[in-house]
Amino acid sequence: MKNPKTIQVFGSGCPTCKTLHERTVKAAVELGIATPVEYVTEIQRIIDLGLMQSPVLAIDDEPVIVGFVPSIEDIKNSIKDKLAK
Amino acid sequence: MNVFYPAQALADWFTYSIAGLNPHSHAAEVLNFFVFDSLKIFALLAAIVFAVAYLRSFLPPEKIRAFLMGKPTFIANILAAVFGIATPFCTCSAIPLFLGFLQTGVPLGATFSFLVSSPMVNEVALALLFSAFGWKIALTYAASGVAIATLSGMAIGKMKVENLLADFVIKKRTDKDVPLGKLTAKQRLTNAWRYTLEILHKVWPFVLVGIGIGSWIHGYVPVDTLAGYAGADKWYAVPLATLLGIPLYSNAAGILPLIGVLQEKGVAMGTILAFMMAVTALSLPEFMILKKIMKSKLIIIFASTVGLGIMLTGYLFNAIFK
Repeated sequence: MKNPKTIQVFGSGCPTCKTLHERTVKAAVELGIATPVEYVTEIQRIIDLGLMQSPVLAIDDEPVIVGFVPSIEDIKNSIKDKLAK
Repeated sequence: MNVFYPAQALADWFTYSIAGLNPHSHAAEVLNFFVFDSLKIFALLAAIVFAVAYLRSFLPPEKIRAFLMGKPTFIANILAAVFGIATPFCTCSAIPLFLGFLQTGVPLGATFSFLVSSPMVNEVALALLFSAFGWKIALTYAASGVAIATLSGMAIGKMKVENLLADFVIKKRTDKDVPLGKLTAKQRLTNAWRYTLEILHKVWPFVLVGIGIGSWIHGYVPVDTLAGYAGADKWYAVPLATLLGIPLYSNAAGILPLIGVLQEKGVAMGTILAFMMAVTALSLPEFMILKKIMKSKLIIIFASTVGLGIMLTGYLFNAIFK
């Protein structure tokens, strides 16, 4: 599988956001993706994406998951869908 | 027929046949109430949280913001308060919501209306009110929450307190379009279901402990014990309940199941509603987070305006429900 340029989790540092970050790291490992998962706690960056909820998972600067924490399986699917585009 | 009849039948069967308790004992009363209340509360929680989560998928905050832009003050405040019902509120979303509204030009007052109603009128509180007092009180609570949110937001808007926000908050303006994808009906249902499980998973131990304490009080504490301290004729009960609610936010799920029993033991309805509103809307952890984007003075203005609204509502309902 090809690697995305960036994988970012945006959150305010709350427990929900941390969970999303941990699951995304696991999902990336399971998919064999080498791109590091970046954890961004600067809220302004969420607003700059045009969003207002946290947490957010963005791949190649495009939000794919907004406002909730999905299962690892769902995160893997979101990454795959995004890369297939 | 009472919709909770099956839960009562199950509780009776469990208490008298399985546990074999004497129906006239305090222990039987406690166990029976515990089983019945647990079944009722968890059924209502699941149903209401699921329904709200499903409806909410049609109204993400990004869409709400688009509705609010360019509306005149009063309308914007009411709309913000009403939309606040539909938004899940976790303190981690407080700042992104706040910035997101302000930086696209939603007025400060309307933003505050939203910030008040979003945690106050939430699905867990509504489910527990429904369980304890029925739908009329649940609706009364929702309507008063919206009214308080609308009016306190308008009051704060009038005060011209923009100078109390952190500099970066209003300096920046974004008008970026919302890149949210469309969801299928199946995705909406799956997401709502998953959210329901997540909420239940998070609150069940607290709710159960709350019901446990409530059941004990129900069985062992005589009716009207609290009336002497917190009846409708005690003027200090409402402010006291409001103050007590502030530090309790993090334990809301454990405390809210007690409201039914509090009323049974003599606490007036308006006082109970004020207490619930204070628990949900005035939260210390949220104030701490808000400090990142506004001066303490504005947080104090915000908390006292909302607190005042809550107390007036408490007195009003104590007068009405006498």
